[in-house]
Order: sequence, then structure tokens, then C-alpha cells
Amino acid sequence: MPLALRVAASLSEAAGILAADPRTRLLSGGTLIMRDINEGRLTDGMLLRITDPVYRQMQLSGSRIELGAGVTMAMILAQRELGFLHAPARAVGGPAIRNMATIGGNLFAETPYGDFAVALLALDAHVMVLAGYGSARAVPLEEFLAGRARGEARLVTGIQFNRPQNAGDFRFLKVSRVKPKGLSVLSIAAHLPGSASRIGQARVAYGAMAPQPIRARGVERALEGKALDTAGIAAARAAALDGVQPATDAIASDWYRREVLPVHLARLLTERG
Amino acid sequence: MAKVPLQFRLNGSDRAAFVDPADNLLTVLRRGLNDFGPKYGCGQGTCGTCSVLIDGELRLACLTLAAACEGASIDTVSGMADGPNLNPLQNAFMEHFAAQCGFCTPGMLTAAKALLDRNPNPSREDVIDAIAGNICRCTGYEPIIQAILSAARAMPAQRRS
Amino acid sequence: MEFRKDLFQNERDDNLNVVGKGVQRQDMPGHVTGRSPFFDDHAFEGLLHLKVVRSHHHHARIRRIDISAAERAPGVKRILRGADVPVNKNTLLSLINFGKDDEPSLAVDKVRYKGEPIVAIIAETEAQALAARAMVRVEYDPLPAVFDVEESLKPGAPVVNETYAGNYFEYHEKYDHQKLRFGDVERGFSMADYIVEDRYQMSPIEHAPTETNGSIAAPEQNDRFVVHSCAQGLFFSLGTAAKIVNLDSNRLHFIGGTVGGGFGGKVDSLTEPLSILGAMMTGRPVRYVLDREEEMLYGSPRGAERIYIKDGIARDGRILARHVRSYFDAGAYTRLSSYAAIKCTAHLPGPYTIPNVASEIYVAYTNRCPSTAMRGFGITAVDFALEVHMDKGAEACGMDPMEFRILNAYRDGDMKAHRRVAKNTALIECVQVAAEKARWPISETAKRQSSLTGGGGARAEIPATPIDENGRINRPETRTGRPTQTLPAGTMRIPLTKQPIMEGSTENRPKAPAVPQYEPYRPMAAPPPPPAYQPPAPAPSPAAAPPAAPAASPASQHGAHRFSSVFGTRRR
Repeated sequence: MPLALRVAASLSEAAGILAADPRTRLLSGGTLIMRDINEGRLTDGMLLRITDPVYRQMQLSGSRIELGAGVTMAMILAQRELGFLHAPARAVGGPAIRNMATIGGNLFAETPYGDFAVALLALDAHVMVLAGYGSARAVPLEEFLAGRARGEARLVTGIQFNRPQNAGDFRFLKVSRVKPKGLSVLSIAAHLPGSASRIGQARVAYGAMAPQPIRARGVERALEGKALDTAGIAAARAAALDGVQPATDAIASDWYRREVLPVHLARLLTERG
Repeated sequence: MAKVPLQFRLNGSDRAAFVDPADNLLTVLRRGLNDFGPKYGCGQGTCGTCSVLIDGELRLACLTLAAACEGASIDTVSGMADGPNLNPLQNAFMEHFAAQCGFCTPGMLTAAKALLDRNPNPSREDVIDAIAGNICRCTGYEPIIQAILSAARAMPAQRRS
Repeated sequence: MEFRKDLFQNERDDNLNVVGKGVQRQDMPGHVTGRSPFFDDHAFEGLLHLKVVRSHHHHARIRRIDISAAERAPGVKRILRGADVPVNKNTLLSLINFGKDDEPSLAVDKVRYKGEPIVAIIAETEAQALAARAMVRVEYDPLPAVFDVEESLKPGAPVVNETYAGNYFEYHEKYDHQKLRFGDVERGFSMADYIVEDRYQMSPIEHAPTETNGSIAAPEQNDRFVVHSCAQGLFFSLGTAAKIVNLDSNRLHFIGGTVGGGFGGKVDSLTEPLSILGAMMTGRPVRYVLDREEEMLYGSPRGAERIYIKDGIARDGRILARHVRSYFDAGAYTRLSSYAAIKCTAHLPGPYTIPNVASEIYVAYTNRCPSTAMRGFGITAVDFALEVHMDKGAEACGMDPMEFRILNAYRDGDMKAHRRVAKNTALIECVQVAAEKARWPISETAKRQSSLTGGGGARAEIPATPIDENGRINRPETRTGRPTQTLPAGTMRIPLTKQPIMEGSTENRPKAPAVPQYEPYRPMAAPPPPPAYQPPAPAPSPAAAPPAAPAASPASQHGAHRFSSVFGTRRR
């Protein structure tokens, strides 16, 4: 059966369709699914589009930010209030891709793609998952990614996270061979509350250093209660490689990724926010 | 297999096509409507040769579901000239030898137009970012960057599509 | 642009009408309007799309091909197999009678590289062709594979290409390599003060054109087929296709010449034979375009080369002898590699006058993607090796590298290693201008040198040359051996299977060609050569150097995992 297409006018309709036929693939920005179609990996089944305007809504007032899964990188870049997310949004593709790629889709992008998800992980984001009827359930992003690794597919309707108290506490960098646009050698996101004095509740996440985005818990522990001075950064750097499992792929070898990660982490921690 | 009817504006003209549900826009433009301006270079969003404007926004036709373009206004390089007169960007590309094999040129012109429509006075960095999604294997990019900067200087500041 | 009209000014007419005048390209208006007609920019009613099933294995017997499910798939019009190809064994240079047919358009009983085409699916839409392609089942019996050029030449290596059972292209029906002999390199080495030896390796390089390889073939009037092709050489592609599909060439109408980036990667006629065959068998237009993954992985790359160079250098910096042994990695099939090796040989020893030169250039077959032309192929890689080696030679004898090159440069009137007199040489002037532009100081002596003076005379003589019969086909034990004869000094041409002849005239009277006797080879008594030059150990740098053997890197073969090496990982 060739690929067919359905359109869901509401999120709950979409959730129902996905629940009824687990082989249905949700087309969000299209940058992943259309590629699979073009390259012959997706040849049959059902595609689903969502036209519900809620899918692309942004709720930016207040300390808890809610973004629909269909919000694109370009929409993020157009919002000054989301300035702290501009670095990760800009790191995704080129300008055309940014007009198309969604934050929901980025959660499903396989390493070494998925740099925006790395930023969300450092923001302790929750993924809003809709299982059918009823309302969406908030799932911590880390748990969601573990489920993705197990092959679970759920409808992501939105993403929520707290706005950093200090925009300067949130940092992001992406290392790629081709600039300004290129696949990641690695990416690092860090939320360092109190980075002006003593850090509390640091969240550091890596991209392309494991099969999916991971928290760098060793670095977080090393930074707890420390200042971002030479000693603090040295302590963080010493723990940089805890828990990493980088792959060797067309972009870089596991050896190279291990070699340069501590260097880039130290640079990210050293830069003035 | 049931086809999906699709109507939209292409380079200012009303067009219609019956498309397969999973067809990408590039296939529909080229094979369905004989607009061979946008090209196939990769099918994965890396090369930018399929760049088009959809409702004024830069998009990649190879990754765009054609059926999602109902009612949209699509612009390709084929509609860039003003009748027999070339657009200032096209003239600038010619003057600066900003093409050799010419395969990336439609995509480059489209990305450049998207830039100048929003930012009539771009810096060099703005231009580089604007064509970051377009690969050229021949010119080394510098003539293209110069052409776009030169076109920006030549165009009236308030010109928009 | 700066014109150095002071150089060689007596040799040309300087009324330049086009060069330096900024003349517009004739295709530029088409490029900026999107009207330049690339092969795929043509509409055809009833166009069919062709996709190819490719081997998953580097080297395997094909036990079974099951196309039954694919044949029944929606939209499939025809499936082509090897048996459908009228002439399913070809080599590109058969058009000039060079080499043996060795490559199928569709594999039948064996695949020799990962990605080799086996079956072609022709369907109404590209999506249907892709879906049907996924339904083809091929059963393989994997065979041991060989990926290294020197390994493949060892007796007992897996036979990649049965047409050349020794895994080498056979030159002149006699040798497993292409030879160059000029003077006596062993004697030259024995007289040298420095011996500089090294090994150079380059990886395959993918052209990565923005437009992928492809063609559209369609029945046309007058019982012809029109073919819109990306080929860089339309007549070459027409001739290749005509042979493979067994059509008289006047039944093919090739249109093209607008190439979306070729760089040498659109000369192999990768798609034309099958698209034409598809049009013949369906009676409809057929389009066969490589997708990006196919282009990067299976569109032939510039062939990797491994080059060994040994120089013998006198204390004053003159290179007395140069020996080059090089291996072209042709991949699984010959294509144009046989020609590349001859180009390479003709280029040696580079733009230098060296009194003793010898080379062996091998074309080796491995289970890798067949390689092809790219930007000066046959020359570019060996020039990289030669020029790096020149820098090492300069370092060995304590000379500035620019001066070293000027000293050894060839000049008008010098005899080149392949027995042609050099003319229109300009290396000296190039080095002088480069030094000037780079503000690289060179001596007054070096600045006074000229390509127009100092050549010829003793430098125009052809030395006595020991020749050998090493490396006979099917006799690998003959790869090492002593010279057997000496070609007397002054021997100009050596017809391949005839006696050498002396040519030339004196005082405007033709001289009757004389047939000299070969002389038996007698090695000259000479002191043993000095030990090989050891460059000084590099000073330890503050930045950590990569470790010799990284931890936990099972796939690496030489220290840090080099993912672009000849042993390397390829994407997917």
C-alpha cells in the first residue's frame, strides 16, 4: 500500500489516529519524514498532519513557558523573550530548515542531529504527551528520551520549561566541521543558576556524546556550590567525560569527540554569558 | 491510488495539480507543473538547490509535502525576472560571475531574495548566514557573496516582493 | 589579474582579445533565470523512473535473485536483470581498444564492490520504484574481500576481477605494471650523498557535484532514442552506451553539455546504458538519477594512490636519481585507471631534470568502488607526493626548498625521462615569481636562472639505460630481479615489440636508422649507498600530540582512527 495522508484538525483527533494505528508517522516540520520518503526508507503506511493552531502556539508570559510541538526554530528566533534559546535554534540547519524544523520534531532527530533537544534537556524541560482522549501528561524530557530509545512513539503536543531567572545563566555551543551550518561533532547546553556567584542546581547536557542527548551529571555535581572560576571550571572539566558514549560516524570518531569535549566545555564555562 | 487535488499560486499564476499524498513539492513543481527552476541535489535538506519561497518564507521543496501547500503562494527562480528584465539579483550574479555550472544558482538566488526581502541592507555575515543552506561546488562562494551585497546596494531600500 | 609579460616575451604575440577582458559566459543568462537545461530539466509524457538494487556486500557470489514480489508491486513496468543487457561486459576504454572488457552493467553471478548494481526497477513513479526496490531479495555467499592495493597484488589474494586474475591491469600483454626506465638509478643512488625515501598515501576523493549523475532516455522519431545526459563527454558516453545496448551509434541522439558540476565524475556513463535499455524495453521515456547517497557512495571517486619515492641527492643539491613506485586503487573495475597510470608515468619525474629515473606504476584491483577521473587524474596525486618529497630533499641537503627546485628544474632543450626534449619550460620563472609574491628571499644566483638558458648540451643526452623484464604477467616471482640488458646511450625510441632504433639526422641529410645491439647488463662496481636520510625529530610542542594508539578504538589500524584514510570508514 503506498503512503496515504490524513489530516487532523485537533490534537485529540491526532492522538486518536496515532493510537489506533501505531504505524502512522506524524509529519511535523517534515525535515525528517520527507527525507525518509525521498531516500526510500518510508514507502508505505500513513502520514498524519496536524492543522490545529494550538500545535504551533507559544505561551511566553510568566515564568513557565509553553511551546506547541509545531513551533519552528524560526518562530523561536523571532521572539526576543526567547533570546536565551536563540543559540540552539540558530544551530539547527540553514535558514530554510529553520523555517520548517519544529521543536517537537527535533526530539525525534537521531544523533548527531537533535541539538535543540540538548538545550531543552539543560532546561529540565517537560514533554507534553497526549495518549488519546483527555489532557496531555507532562513527562520529563530525560524519561521521554529513554522511552524513545526503547522505540516508544507518543504524540508530543508541546514542551514546557521554566524561564531561566537570568538569561546569562544559560549557555549553548555547537561544534561542527562545516560552519555556519553543519552536523554536530558535539553540542553542549548548560543552565548555571547563580553563575555570577555560586552555582546551584546546575544542568548540563551533551549532544552527540551518546546515542541520545544526555545529562552530564558528573559535571553538574562538580559545579554544585562552586564559583565559575579557574578551580570550578577545572573541577567541571575533570568530570567532563563521565557517562559519555560517543559514536564514531562520518563526522568524527569517538576518540576525537572524547578529546575535544573537555576543551569545549571549559570554553563554554569560561565565556562571559 | 486516490490523488489529492491541490491549488495554489505559482509565480503569481493560479495553478492546480493532482498529486500523490506523499509527493514532495519539488516533484510536483518539476514533473507536475514543468517548473524546472528548483533542482534536486540531495533530497535531504542539505544542498539547498530546491529552495523556494512559500508565502514569502524560504523553504526546501524536497522536504515540503505538496499536499500541505493548498492555497499557498509559491515563488521560484522562474518567476524572479520582471518579464524580459532581470531582477537586480540576477544582474548582480551575472556581473560578478557568481555561477559556473549554474546548478546551485536558482537556490542561491531564492535564498538571496528571501534575505533582501527582509533585510535590504545586510552585512557580509548576514549574507553568509542567508546562503548557509546552499551548497556551491564551483565558485568558492565569494563571487556569490559579492553579488548579493552588490545587489543590495543597487536595490531601492523599500523594494519587497 | 597581473600579467608578467616580461617573461618569455619573444615567444608570443601579446595582442590578447579575450584573456583578462572579463568576457561573460554564454550560459550565464540561463543560469540566473533557471533556464539552463540540465539533463533532468525536460518534460516527457509517460516518464518512467528507474531505481537500482545494489549489493550489500563488498565481495560475494550471488546465489539467487528473487524479483517476484517486486514485479507485482504497484506501478512496476519492467525489471531489468543482467541477462537483459545485450553486452553485459564492457570497459570504457574499449572505445580506443585499450584493455579488456571487465565490468557488467548489472551483476549476474558475483558482486565485486559494495553498491554494485544488480537489478533495475522501472516504475511509473519514483516512490513506486523505491517501494518495489525494497521488495527484491538477493541471496549472497560472501567472499573474502581485499581493500589494500599492495595486499591485492600478493599471490593468494582474493581475486577481485576474474578478467585480471592477478588483481592488476595488464600492460602491453607483458607486464603487471607500467615501466619507465631512463639511465641507471641504482648507479645514481650509489653516487649520491643523501638518500631520501618516503611513502605517500592519498584517499579516494568524492567529486560531490551538486547535481547527481543521471540521464533520461526516450524513444524519438526515426527509430532513434534521445538521451539527455549529464555526461562530460557526450560522444564518449554515446559510444559506450551504443556498445552496451547493441545499437548502431546513429540510433542514439545524445543531448547535454550542461553539467551541474562534473570535475571528472560524470565520465563513466553510470546511468545512460540502463536508461536507454529501459526505454528500449518499455517503449517509454525512462529516467535514472542517482540519489545523494548513491552519488556519494557509489558514484566513482578519484582513485586513491599509494606512492613510494626514493631520491638520491648529491651534496650540492642536484638530484642524481629518482625512483617512483606507485599503486592506483582502481577499485573493482578498470574504467579509466589504466589510462591514469600511463599519464602518471609520462609525468615523472615531475618538472625536473634528473639524469636517472625509473618507475613502476601499478593499477591494482580491490573490492572498493571503482574509481575514475578527477581534475588532472594521474598527475595530481603524484605531484603532491613529488613536491612534498622535494621539500624533504631540500631539508636533507640543507637547501632552501625554492632554491632546491630552481637548481633541479628542467630547462628548454633538456631530455625528459620519456625521451622527449623539453620545450616551453617555465618552472624556474614560476618559482621566482612565487618567491617574489610570497616575499620569500632567494639568492641572486637563483634569481638569475632562466628556463631559456643552461638547458640542452650534456643535459640533452640520453644515458645508457639498464632494462629489466621484472613483473611479468602471471609470474609474480619475477617482480624482483636484476636488469637483463642495457639500452645503449642515445637510444631514442623503443617500439613496443621491436628492436630499438636510432633516429635523427645530421647536416640536413637523413640518417639511415641504425639498429643497435642490446648490450648485456653489467652492474657498475660502486660503494654501497649511504643510509637513508632521517629527518630530525620534531620539537615537542605544548599541545598534546594525538596518541599513537588510542584506547578502545577497535576499528583503527594506524593510531588515531582516521576516518578518511584508505582503510577508512565510509558513511553508512
